[in-house]
Amino acid sequence: MDSAPLPAPADKTLLRFLTCGSVDDGKSTLIGRLLYDSDAILADQLETLERESKKFDTTGEDIDLALLLDGLEEERQQGITIDVAYRLFQTKRRAFIVADTPGHKQYTRNMATGASTAELALLLVDAHKGIVTQTRRHSLICSLLGIRHVVLAVNKLDLVDFDRSTFDAVAKAYREFAADLGFRSLQAIPISARFGDNVARTSPRVPWYDGPALLDYLETVEIDHRDDMTGFRFPVQWVNRPGPDFRGVAGTIAAGTIAPGDPIVVTGSGVQSRIKEIVTYDGPLVRAATGDAVTLTFSDDIDVARGDVLASPKSRPEFADQFAAHIIWMWDEPLVPGRSYWLKLGARTVPATVTTLKHRIDVDNGSHVAARTLALNEIGLCNLSTAQPIAFDPYAKSRETGGFILIDRLTNETAGAGMIDFALRRASNIRRQAETIGADARAALKGQRPAVLWFTGLPGAGKSTIANQVEQKLVALGNHTMLLDGDNVRHGLNRDLGFTDVDRVENIRRLGEVAKLMADAGLIVICAFISPFRADRLMAREIVGPHDFIEVFIDTPLEECIRRDPKGLYAKAQAGEIPNFTGLDSPYEAPEAPEVTLATIGHDADALADALIDTLRERGIIG
Amino acid sequence: MSEAAAFSTHLKRLEAEAIGVLREVAAEFRNPVLLYSIGKDSSVLLHLALKAFHPAKPPFPLLHVDTTWKFREMIAFRDRIVAKLGIELIVHTNEEGLARGIDPVASGSALHTQVMKTEALKQALDKFDFDAAIGGARRDEEKSRAKERIFSFRGAGHAWDPRHQRPEMWHVFNTRLRPGESIRVFPLSNWTELDVWHYIAAERIEVVPLYFAKMRPVVKRSRAWIMVDDQRLPLDPGETPEQRLVRFRTLGCYPLTGAIESKAATVEDIVAELRQARQSERQGRLIDSDAEASMEKKKREGYF
Ligand SMILES: Nc1nc2c(ncn2[C@@H]2O[C@H](COP(=O)(O)OP(=O)(O)O)[C@@H](O)[C@H]2O)c(=O)[nH]1
Repeated sequence: MDSAPLPAPADKTLLRFLTCGSVDDGKSTLIGRLLYDSDAILADQLETLERESKKFDTTGEDIDLALLLDGLEEERQQGITIDVAYRLFQTKRRAFIVADTPGHKQYTRNMATGASTAELALLLVDAHKGIVTQTRRHSLICSLLGIRHVVLAVNKLDLVDFDRSTFDAVAKAYREFAADLGFRSLQAIPISARFGDNVARTSPRVPWYDGPALLDYLETVEIDHRDDMTGFRFPVQWVNRPGPDFRGVAGTIAAGTIAPGDPIVVTGSGVQSRIKEIVTYDGPLVRAATGDAVTLTFSDDIDVARGDVLASPKSRPEFADQFAAHIIWMWDEPLVPGRSYWLKLGARTVPATVTTLKHRIDVDNGSHVAARTLALNEIGLCNLSTAQPIAFDPYAKSRETGGFILIDRLTNETAGAGMIDFALRRASNIRRQAETIGADARAALKGQRPAVLWFTGLPGAGKSTIANQVEQKLVALGNHTMLLDGDNVRHGLNRDLGFTDVDRVENIRRLGEVAKLMADAGLIVICAFISPFRADRLMAREIVGPHDFIEVFIDTPLEECIRRDPKGLYAKAQAGEIPNFTGLDSPYEAPEAPEVTLATIGHDADALADALIDTLRERGIIG
Repeated sequence: MSEAAAFSTHLKRLEAEAIGVLREVAAEFRNPVLLYSIGKDSSVLLHLALKAFHPAKPPFPLLHVDTTWKFREMIAFRDRIVAKLGIELIVHTNEEGLARGIDPVASGSALHTQVMKTEALKQALDKFDFDAAIGGARRDEEKSRAKERIFSFRGAGHAWDPRHQRPEMWHVFNTRLRPGESIRVFPLSNWTELDVWHYIAAERIEVVPLYFAKMRPVVKRSRAWIMVDDQRLPLDPGETPEQRLVRFRTLGCYPLTGAIESKAATVEDIVAELRQARQSERQGRLIDSDAEASMEKKKREGYF
């Protein structure tokens, strides 16, 4: 076995492509046909297929090749494709990974998923329907996701008697439409997926077509991998340190090439060194390139961690905490500007917010529409801000270092995907003014540690009453305080805000920033806001940053609040006079792990305030 | 490095993708484990893990869910490889299932798989509190697999909800979990059976000898050759094992794993044979032919 020749032809390449088109254009049939004609379908699978074709009775006597693809029981029964499916087949020349994505409008997110790793799009149109809205939408998404090679398969040509002018008209219309979508190659092929014309072999029924058959084209089309768009990029995935004798960083080269002796810089810290060795299990390499998974060691002992990006010093990536990006929203709950999400790009995960939603893109025609949120499957151009600066490249230059996902912080759902366009401000240019007198010095003078006490609870729970008591007691003890009350702030700083989800987030963001400034001034800041959403309280906590943040849950059951109703608000809301009233038609999310819970039933405000003062003393905030 | 250089670019890309996935698991999860089923896919997976973390050892243990009905040669191979590499191996058996007398012959394949594989796996994952389990499943194996993510989210109770999968963009994987949730990770998602064998050949990876043709004692059961691996396989009256030149395309519990008649005695022979093959490898697994949606059903219940 040792001396046996390798059976794999050394030059077999891999092409990842995506199929798209509207429902019933024949996508599944076409892929089934490609698999069938390239012998990727084995005898027992064919047997199952014949059985199922009879059972679902979709194509009469023939076997229905589309049934090869619809993998979920539900899909087979309903004859629709729900989710992106990945199919593998190989010919002598190439291996293919096909992402088969659903055509329905509501599945934009699945299409984007399939497109994110595809190098080419196989776009189907039905010859006698021509270019439809769905065709335009899918082309736009492909373009946005950086696909640069397109095959336009004009299908069901059998239904128009293989008429040349029909094909020519569709191909021409599409070329005109796609002119500014940035495609570098566009090949139109007349086919019949059902009968196999021009799929694996050119067909005598289409004598006027002198181009390649589809499979032939897919086997030979040149895909440039655009390594030269950025310099060397290496997102550090894993620090490999088995013992004192070895320290290397492992990752996959996102762009460029590297060789021992080459200089590198750690983006962010700016620390430079040289590559000592490219370590692999098979021995050291003299050179490694885009897509290689390697481990690097350096000639100096430099500080590098997961999430850092190594780059060539001569062409560094952007390093910024504010940038513009196109975002595709992928989750049922809409994007809320101002809300904090996790942003993951390469091996880096940081809190991030959308600061401005500039516009939504109408994917049917590419036009820009004003918007305040993005709903599931909508696409918009946004400005984002991250809690720490991150290294990236524009997506158009590098998918690997320019594409990110947004994760909802409470449910962990993948909520959106983003493609970075450009940095808004280089982080290095907005270095903060160094303060000579710090928060600690200011607080020390007051004999206390600054802190933010964040009261949350239903309307009428007792927040304001207890907060006031606490402040009185603190002042009596000689501490320096400031009380921010939700209702009061809405008359001034936040009087431009209403009670929609978006406005509530902005309300809390501003209050968080104000609380932080006051804590910087050395004060103990008492905030009494309903702040109904966990995500937003989390955001406030992050804004307040290094200062102590004490979330105080004023725990009063809803029935009790309604019974007390000190300001008569529940009565009004129940009469329909106040829409979006928290506790009634707008939800209140109780804290999962507050620092302090004050259950009000059976205790008076004074005793509860004392309890909180004790906590502050225990935590060393007051003397 | 001449070996790897001789790979096709296609295999090299698959290898790099899998290594990237394994490193991401090590970096992102609290307590990952590699599901080692002793078969060829597991052997490839283990080899990739050695490569991914070299010169360190893989930073996670191996877990073998043993039904007690594996081929004897599989267990011998497992113990030898693990000893050679010095990697921690956890072996888990559903003792309660054993006590109930569940076995693949008398209880039937469906019940046996449910109790001794699916339930056993869940027990082990819960017992050791693993938050990520790496497995060798491939998308070309079966239709519902084609829809599965590389990082496949499992809710509480390990259930797979095909209607509710996290979109997977680029190679940016969402690995965040809440208590009780876990993720199954499939680094070989984009490999085909042929890729696996090409890779085994190129990398000279050791696999269980059962994959290679040899004279073995077998009996014919519903269109498949079943090997009489030990005394536990009840023979029908008049049924006598015969010696045939056979090999296995997949390995599992011996009474449920059909052999094929073959002369392929080396990896190269197998590759050549596969090029001609007109049967998919799952055909050797008796559990799948129950119903065409059976894999999806098993996966929803937490099967690998
Ligand atoms: N006449 C004809 N019918 C086709 C052709 N391709 C697909 N179809 C039929 O169009 C219908 C929809 O095909 P399917 O592959 O399920 O479409 P999908 O929704 O795009 O996946 C099915 O009834 C197919 O049999 C073709 O080339 N010619």
